[in-house]
Amino acid sequence: MTSDLYREQILDHYKNPHNFGELDDADVAQEGDNPLCGDVITLYLKLDDGKLSRATFRGRGCAISQASASMLTDMIVGKPIEELKHFPSQAVLDELGVPISPARMKCATLAVNTLRVALNGGSGGDDDD
Amino acid sequence: MIETRSLDVTAIREDFPILDRVINGKPLVYLDSAATSQKPRAVIDTMTDYYCRYNANPHRGVYQISEEATAAYESARRRVATFINAPSPKEIIFTRNVTEAINLVRYSWGRTNVHQGDRILLTQMEHHSNLVPWQLLAAEVGAQLDFLLIDDRGRLILDDLATKVTGARLVALTHQSNTLGTINPVKEIARAAHQAGALVLVDGAQAVPHMPVDVRDLDVDFYGFSGHKMCGPTGIGVLWARRSLLEAMPPFLGGGDMIKKVTLEHATWNDLPWKFEAGTPAVAEGIGLGAAVDYLCGIGMDRIRAHERTLLDYALEKLQDVPQITVYGPQDPDVHGGAVSFSLPDIHPHDLATLIDQEGIAVRAGHHCTQPLMERLGVPATTRASFYLYNRQDEVDQLVDAIVRAQKVFA
Repeated sequence: MTSDLYREQILDHYKNPHNFGELDDADVAQEGDNPLCGDVITLYLKLDDGKLSRATFRGRGCAISQASASMLTDMIVGKPIEELKHFPSQAVLDELGVPISPARMKCATLAVNTLRVALNGGSGGDDDD
Repeated sequence: MIETRSLDVTAIREDFPILDRVINGKPLVYLDSAATSQKPRAVIDTMTDYYCRYNANPHRGVYQISEEATAAYESARRRVATFINAPSPKEIIFTRNVTEAINLVRYSWGRTNVHQGDRILLTQMEHHSNLVPWQLLAAEVGAQLDFLLIDDRGRLILDDLATKVTGARLVALTHQSNTLGTINPVKEIARAAHQAGALVLVDGAQAVPHMPVDVRDLDVDFYGFSGHKMCGPTGIGVLWARRSLLEAMPPFLGGGDMIKKVTLEHATWNDLPWKFEAGTPAVAEGIGLGAAVDYLCGIGMDRIRAHERTLLDYALEKLQDVPQITVYGPQDPDVHGGAVSFSLPDIHPHDLATLIDQEGIAVRAGHHCTQPLMERLGVPATTRASFYLYNRQDEVDQLVDAIVRAQKVFA
């Protein structure tokens, strides 16, 4: 079976997620879930001097949700918090690099939505979805 | 096996235009009939014919096409009554779907008859449609919910049935689980409930499309189902209830059609069944449901059940060939309808469903609107394949082959 969606990079992130695990000295721990699929993640963020110094996650769910969380934690470290408050979903979609169907969009954007909720509070702030 | 041959699936498939579709270069393999069934040309044509030739508001028009629309709509009601062996078409209330049917009972019967401290007995396998309305009613009137639990094979545990029905006002349960496929012993439970003085409501959304259902034989009090799962259109469902109950119940929705006489201050109610049907009804959908009933009767519900039983038996056997698979629900096809849920340790159901969709195979992945049941099974979601009269054995083979290929992608 050939599968564009399940290309090697996504499966790699799913099977061997980067930055996986709890962060003991996290400043923010934010849970997010996608009730439709049962995908859940918790993002752990360490903030230093207005920047994000570390990001890890724990979670379970489909390959798209978990791989995108893994990719996101790679992408955001070192960036200013103010910038991350408006971090665009499109950046994660670009990193996934494959077309995401409407039915799977919530899986792909779970982590980035959770990031915005973590940094903006309940509303999640700007969402460019 | 003999029953399968007696159902001419090749001919049946020709009745369903959608089965000609090609998805991702492959013929559509539709294994999601538990969510909604496909529609035969007879139903589509009947609805088109209504819109093309006699579209009119029924019941009060004095001109010809309104009379035709009324006749067709009320004829559909009579055929639905016969289909489930209801004593009278006056007991057939058309609703949007089974969810609305259950909510009708919640508002109309429930608010009048369920009081503080009363108990409503449900089961652990209910679809949210037969759980959330009772949670809302219980919160409103101060009633309590109790549940019949399931065993590891997805069958109701009935050892404590007599205890649990004692003191209950209502027992509400599904006839067939949409997630597990379990066919529940409704008659036995109804008998116990009645002995304890409780009424019985059955969610028949997964049963009426797939097996002969006789509400008199089941001896229940309320029975609801949805048209779109039984070859009919969306937007039409049925509540059947005993006439004495319906007569005593206050109206559900108020408006036109459900009244007899209205003054500025007061109104009196129309006769059954119209007392419960406010506003212009879903005329085309009702007539379409009548055509669906005719279509199913023409094939025979016992033969449809036998066909699905054979497919399910075959699927249960074939799925065992998939490494590491967990298959849920009873292994005995006598108590397992044509829907089977399963999970794989390394592939999330949504990934599996996406992968096999690329081969044109439509299955459902998720919690199937049964989150408490998922909790009981210890999984966030399952993949479900469900069968109907138009499915073939080789479609089960295609499903199993596609699952094995998906496993290789994730290996």
